[in-house]
Amino acid sequence: MHIVDGALSAPVLVSGAVLTAGGITLGLRQMTLERIPAAGVLSASFFVASLIHVAVGPSSVHLILNGLCGLILGWTAFPALFVALVLQAVFFGFGGITVLGVNTLNIALPAVLMGLALRPLIARAGPRLAALWGAIGGAGAIALTTVFVAGALVFSGEAFVPAAKLVFFAHIPVMAIEAVISAAAVVLIKRVKPDLFAAPSAALPA
Amino acid sequence: MVFVLAEPAVAPPGFLAAGIARIDPRFRVAAVLAFALVVSQLDSFAALGLALAAGLALLLASGQPARPVLKRMAAMDGFILFMLVLLPFTTPGTPLFTLWGFGASREGMRDALDILLTANAVVLMVLLLPGTLEPVTLGHALGRLGVPAALVNLLLFTVRYITVLESEYQRMRQAMRARAFSARTNLHTLVSLGYLVGMMLVRAQERSERVLQAMKCRGFTGALPLIDTMRWRRADTAWALGFAALLAALVALEVAHGVGP
Repeated sequence: MHIVDGALSAPVLVSGAVLTAGGITLGLRQMTLERIPAAGVLSASFFVASLIHVAVGPSSVHLILNGLCGLILGWTAFPALFVALVLQAVFFGFGGITVLGVNTLNIALPAVLMGLALRPLIARAGPRLAALWGAIGGAGAIALTTVFVAGALVFSGEAFVPAAKLVFFAHIPVMAIEAVISAAAVVLIKRVKPDLFAAPSAALPA
Repeated sequence: MVFVLAEPAVAPPGFLAAGIARIDPRFRVAAVLAFALVVSQLDSFAALGLALAAGLALLLASGQPARPVLKRMAAMDGFILFMLVLLPFTTPGTPLFTLWGFGASREGMRDALDILLTANAVVLMVLLLPGTLEPVTLGHALGRLGVPAALVNLLLFTVRYITVLESEYQRMRQAMRARAFSARTNLHTLVSLGYLVGMMLVRAQERSERVLQAMKCRGFTGALPLIDTMRWRRADTAWALGFAALLAALVALEVAHGVGP
């Protein structure tokens, strides 16, 4: 769902960059000395997880897991996903440079929203309910991301409306996949290391 | 899964190629930012063509194998293909041809070609200038250019642990294969991969605790000193002037040939 350079209008690019700068600032403010290594290592693991490909019939999709990222990192998901997108843009050529702000916003804001809404619920929930919240977080983040991508395209030009609709419908299988993967991951983490969700607010356990 | 972040840049032979390999990292980052900002605002095909040609010339001059770079560009084109194919049919304007009863417009073709050229010109320059740096050097260059230290730290940590966690992931996948797991399109596969991701995150968290303790032992106070020897050389000034001339030429071509807004 990377948008490339040249597709978006200047107002959309600038708004994306400004909002992303704000989100990164908020995220960095929560990343105290004690949490730098945790944020870095978790950011790296989400980067690696995004290289996992899942077969969908004859084709395959790569995992995004921004929902799970938001559930675990909270606001720190903003700088973490920004770093991942910078590395992907510079070394893999995915996406572009002027669109970095918009691309980060599209993927990180849904992550943070899911984290804010569901993280406290997961902290209190039993395994079954935690799986449900995990699934909603996983699918919800992808759904919101596609809506944001569609929005960025439509605000840039009416001609993008069909492409924007296509983005949403093409990602319905991805939503299902991310729901199941996030639910299973949340259940495992709840069993093995519940403090990953237990810390108050959007903090990482120090 | 081929992993590229760990590959160090090998200095290629040849006078020009060696010169390109030694371009200051800070200049690479700043130049690509300026290039992307200018090129993304261009509309004239003459200017966009020059931007892409400049990238191709740099690719040839740099002496690095062209095939992997062009492959990455093609991979990006694959991502945006659906959007570009739709555009001519969804943009109203002068009809150019019809396909299965849908009319393609000249304006839509133009926009699609504009996006295609812009995206490729920028991605090529990105892969050639900062893309050939080692990831750690990229972090240092960003730090030297005034990116907040916390963000640079996060990038350096991420880069440091991507390869570690990638091999951990491969070990866990191998263990799954040893237990006769094979990935299919079914619920069992997704749940197993979900457990794998969960376990990776748990291990990552525990690793980060050990890392923090080890770093505290060594007097970590939240700042990673950026030890490097970035020195601005006379050649870099020449590159900067050349690049400024390129950007000026792009703007001039746009003004001369550009279509009005």
